[in-house]
Amino acid sequence: MEALDHFLAMGGYARFVWPAYALAVIVLGGFVIETLVTYRKRQRALDEAEKRRR
Amino acid sequence: MFRLANPNRFMQWSGTILPWSAIATVLLLGAGLYLALFVAPPDYQQGESVRIMYVHVPSAYMATTVYGLMAAASAVALIWRHPVADIAAREAAPLGAGFTLLCLVTGSLWGKPMWGTWWVWDARLTSVLVLFFLYLGYIALINAFDEPTRGARAGAILALVGVVNLPIIKFSVDWWNTLHQPASIFRLGGPTIAPSMLWPLAIMALGFTLLFVTLWLMRIRSALMAAKLRALRLQQAA
Amino acid sequence: MSAFLTLVARDLRLALRQGGDAAMVIAFFVLSVVLFPFAVGPEPELLQRIAAGIVWVTALLAALLSLERLFQADYEDGSLEALALLPLPLEAQVLAKCLAHWLVTGLPLIIVAPLLALLLQLDPAGYPALIAGMVLGTPILSLIGAIGAALSLGARRGGVLLSLLVLPLYIPVLIFGVAAIEAEIQGFGPRPDLLLLAALLVLAVGLVPFAAAAALRLALE
Repeated sequence: MEALDHFLAMGGYARFVWPAYALAVIVLGGFVIETLVTYRKRQRALDEAEKRRR
Repeated sequence: MFRLANPNRFMQWSGTILPWSAIATVLLLGAGLYLALFVAPPDYQQGESVRIMYVHVPSAYMATTVYGLMAAASAVALIWRHPVADIAAREAAPLGAGFTLLCLVTGSLWGKPMWGTWWVWDARLTSVLVLFFLYLGYIALINAFDEPTRGARAGAILALVGVVNLPIIKFSVDWWNTLHQPASIFRLGGPTIAPSMLWPLAIMALGFTLLFVTLWLMRIRSALMAAKLRALRLQQAA
Repeated sequence: MSAFLTLVARDLRLALRQGGDAAMVIAFFVLSVVLFPFAVGPEPELLQRIAAGIVWVTALLAALLSLERLFQADYEDGSLEALALLPLPLEAQVLAKCLAHWLVTGLPLIIVAPLLALLLQLDPAGYPALIAGMVLGTPILSLIGAIGAALSLGARRGGVLLSLLVLPLYIPVLIFGVAAIEAEIQGFGPRPDLLLLAALLVLAVGLVPFAAAAALRLALE
């Protein structure tokens, strides 16, 4: 537990380090999610349209 | 590369590469995060705040590299009129802007404990801020026209003009900085970077690169699918 | 050459007939400079320190105002298509347009700038560098602005888009323009910064016509 506290505290710099990593996760993760969602949506729509064509 | 100008060939090629790229991304980012947060040592001067470097430096590297790729794709689009190149340039832009924003904010978060201030008009920071505005201008321009090809070509011209401007900005801001601010040179990370820090940094940088490649390929494929969908719908309506 | 000059003359005549542009640019320049003493207070020491920056930034913004109409009128009434068919290359026509624009907006800015600097208590040592910088810099502003104007022709929210595109490109001009004045005031000599401005001008004259002409052709497709 103490080791976890020590880790989270980041030597006193916690309020700088963790927001930095959090922002990275949010921005990059956000891109991943948006890209995947749009991709799947278009893939589904394309498959349907091609099925209807046949 | 020119074979890939054909949308179907691109879909085939990217379809085989994509799974590997995605796997490599997950592995590299996973390893990189573990090394950055748990294994890498704290800096003797900056303590644990140096861990921000493992996010900040790869972001900075991606911010400029993506712009270079965007400009290269724009050049190909203008010279050879490859539709895939147009799409590649347009899809790179939001990713590049995202990396630039990440670079600026994490840099600010790193700068506060290191320099005591959230922002400093240092040559490098100012150039990256201008790079961010170039990305925003590009995205605005691409979306400013009802006709998509007009937007894509206009964006291509702007991307190339921006490439010329980037070294000029860097150069002029360097001059401006050294002429008017009593500069104490802050060396990031200490005199030379120790191997125990270099490895996590390299792996994170590689992870970021592969993340970009994976996302970029997916977004281009996505755009090509959307184009195909539009064409099909037009056909079916007729 | 004569075709080039004819075009410049044509644009000048049109601008003079309309009459609004130069007056509007100068009015904006003066008004926005005058805002600063109200905002930061009239202490001479403070104003003196920021005078060079204020004059340059407001000149830049004033130049930006007139850019939207650089190609707009010709584009809208179809003259641009006709001009594109002329034997004179579009690149040369862009230069002609920029020259006319500079004569109508840049020159007045150069003339008024020292007067405004007076109001802001600019150190007298800085005036030559101010004028020299403006002489070198305002043509660059017209040239770079032409790229933005050509790219944003017919775009939604063209005016705002133009500013967004052009301002990052203006930054080096601003930096060297102000640096020249500061250098002269502090005794270092404005030469290096003025030479850099000159280099930017040469670069702009060389490259802008191609970028702007490409953008114009794009707009005409």
